[in-house]
Amino acid sequence: MRTEPPLPEACADNGRTPASEHAFRLLCRAAAVTVAGFLLAVFVVLAVNAAPALAAFGPGFLTTQVWNPVTERFGAVAPIFGTLITSLIAMLVGVPLAVGSALFLTEICPHRLRTSLIVGVELLAAVPSIIYGMWGLLVFAPFLANHVQPFLIDRLGPLPLLGALFQGPPFGIGTLTAGLILGLMVLPFIASVACQVFFAIDPFLREAAYGVGATTWEVCRNVLMPQGRAGLLGASMLGLGRALGETMAVTFVIGNAHRVSASLFAPGTTISASLANEFTEAVGDLYLSSLQALGLILFVITFVVLALARLMLRHIEKGDAR
Amino acid sequence: MRFAPSSVRGAAIAAAVGAFCLAGSAQAAEMTGAGATFPYPVYAKWAEAYKAKTGISLNYQSIGSGGGIKQIKAKTVDFGASDMPLKPDDLKTSGLVQWPMIMGGVVPVVNVPGVKAGELKLSGKVLADIYLGKVKTWNAPEIAKLNPSLKLPKKPIAVVHRSDGSGTTFLFTSYLAAVNPEWKDKVGVSTAVEWPAGIGGKGNEGVANFARQTPDSIGYVEYAYALQNKLAYTQLSNKDGAFVKPSSATFQSAAANADWAQAPGFSLVLANQPGKTSWPITGASFILMHASQAAPARAAEVLKFFSWAYANGGKMAEALDYVPMPANVATMVAGVWTEQIKSADGKAIWPAK
Repeated sequence: MRTEPPLPEACADNGRTPASEHAFRLLCRAAAVTVAGFLLAVFVVLAVNAAPALAAFGPGFLTTQVWNPVTERFGAVAPIFGTLITSLIAMLVGVPLAVGSALFLTEICPHRLRTSLIVGVELLAAVPSIIYGMWGLLVFAPFLANHVQPFLIDRLGPLPLLGALFQGPPFGIGTLTAGLILGLMVLPFIASVACQVFFAIDPFLREAAYGVGATTWEVCRNVLMPQGRAGLLGASMLGLGRALGETMAVTFVIGNAHRVSASLFAPGTTISASLANEFTEAVGDLYLSSLQALGLILFVITFVVLALARLMLRHIEKGDAR
Repeated sequence: MRFAPSSVRGAAIAAAVGAFCLAGSAQAAEMTGAGATFPYPVYAKWAEAYKAKTGISLNYQSIGSGGGIKQIKAKTVDFGASDMPLKPDDLKTSGLVQWPMIMGGVVPVVNVPGVKAGELKLSGKVLADIYLGKVKTWNAPEIAKLNPSLKLPKKPIAVVHRSDGSGTTFLFTSYLAAVNPEWKDKVGVSTAVEWPAGIGGKGNEGVANFARQTPDSIGYVEYAYALQNKLAYTQLSNKDGAFVKPSSATFQSAAANADWAQAPGFSLVLANQPGKTSWPITGASFILMHASQAAPARAAEVLKFFSWAYANGGKMAEALDYVPMPANVATMVAGVWTEQIKSADGKAIWPAK
């Protein structure tokens, strides 16, 4: 915990603090407290509303796959699995593309093109998620169904072990499609922060590396990546946070089936997609409570992910200091 | 980036103007309702015509039947709307009055190369077996037996269902449970069920999209969506064993055979109605109001709107492929209003002056 910094000399020299300084500090503190208060309130409301479901199903809520509104028996395995697996695919696709494009934009791209391309990336981040969802459903899913999935099913499906990931009829929608769309969605977020990270690295380091004869590849690998890794981790976490919570686009393309399947082509569901689908028409207290318990689980997952990111960040900073 | 600030400003202005208009309309007389999405287009159409005539507007939020029931129980709206009728006990405990307002039909749609709208014949039992995942391919003997003249592909059936809770699903599962005991035992009837097979699309448009895009698929949508999206609906065999095509006429036939008088609280599901020309997946959408009204004048205004809709809304409903309630049902409903909806001091509100 850092202590509050002393007031600047200019204020302190005549032994009094201007009222504006006090007001400013008070306002900032109030803002911070409000944010923390909101967070706490969300958690409390979710926990209270989820309590009946958690009490009724116990730890079994986290380990059963059944999701039956008729008999009012609910388990969270399918949505948790779907949330994690789609986010994993999104990261696998999004992070390399984002870092690659950020390196291109900061290191390789001609100066005249750079600004317009960066604006382009930022505009991509501003596209509403439902647009990605509709594009995914109307354009991307049929493309996968007609051209990509039959090929993969034929070639990879018969393989032992790995083949299980690529079996089943080619619907075009499913876990893989959702993960790929999410990857495209998080890409601009990660890329635009990564650009800032690379720009912020001391130009002298870069110049010095080029000066001793390093190639662009060597500069990127040995200077920029190690220097920027804390920032890149932060950028990736921003993207992961978005992927975990993304709702509309996923709902459109994941197939919304409360099942855990080995195949990436099979329909699945995520926590936020289940909420978006079922919340409005959920009748019955246990049903509603179970949906809110899903919300609570997402809250906890996000919290854990962010905490892990903090830990990693601290680890990196310690390493840098050494 | 140069144009971005101006577009942001444009959006802000639009939002401000929108907010101003909303604030303006809130000044005028307004009825509020919330609930089912299925009847929303026809309620909106009626509200528009009613406003032009009387100046009284309707603010109807199509948030879903579940939400509508919650809102009316919390008394935040003048009326709620639900596709699933509440049971008489439930009505009594929550002090609500319920009546059917409009009817519609749900139709199975298929996307099988070479099969045109109305060509494929299915029975309820086979339809349920497809949704149970037991009939897996289009050339299965069960389907072939019903369609000796059609050549069906040797392809797996892609089953499409609703992923969101929905009155459409309630009607569809009511029908499947009525004709297939296994469905009744294993899956049951609700606005959302644990689907044994298939992929889920959000909303009628989601199912319509999947059905249109995925070859060899089968789905179910409201009739209007099947027409608008030019989807190939199927024929179904009804309770009398006759094959029928979905149309306003076959919906009306199912509705005419419904025995509303014998259903306490109008709690009646129209699945699998008798009659040679009855479409088997027909259903009504319901309105809910409190029996005891703290503001009787306001309640009377709302009832006037519904009364007007019964009398004058038929043509508009038919234009949107809905089925208006028969006149005798409207009379029955008005009787229930008089009998059950009272002001706080026990006076009947209907007929309103």
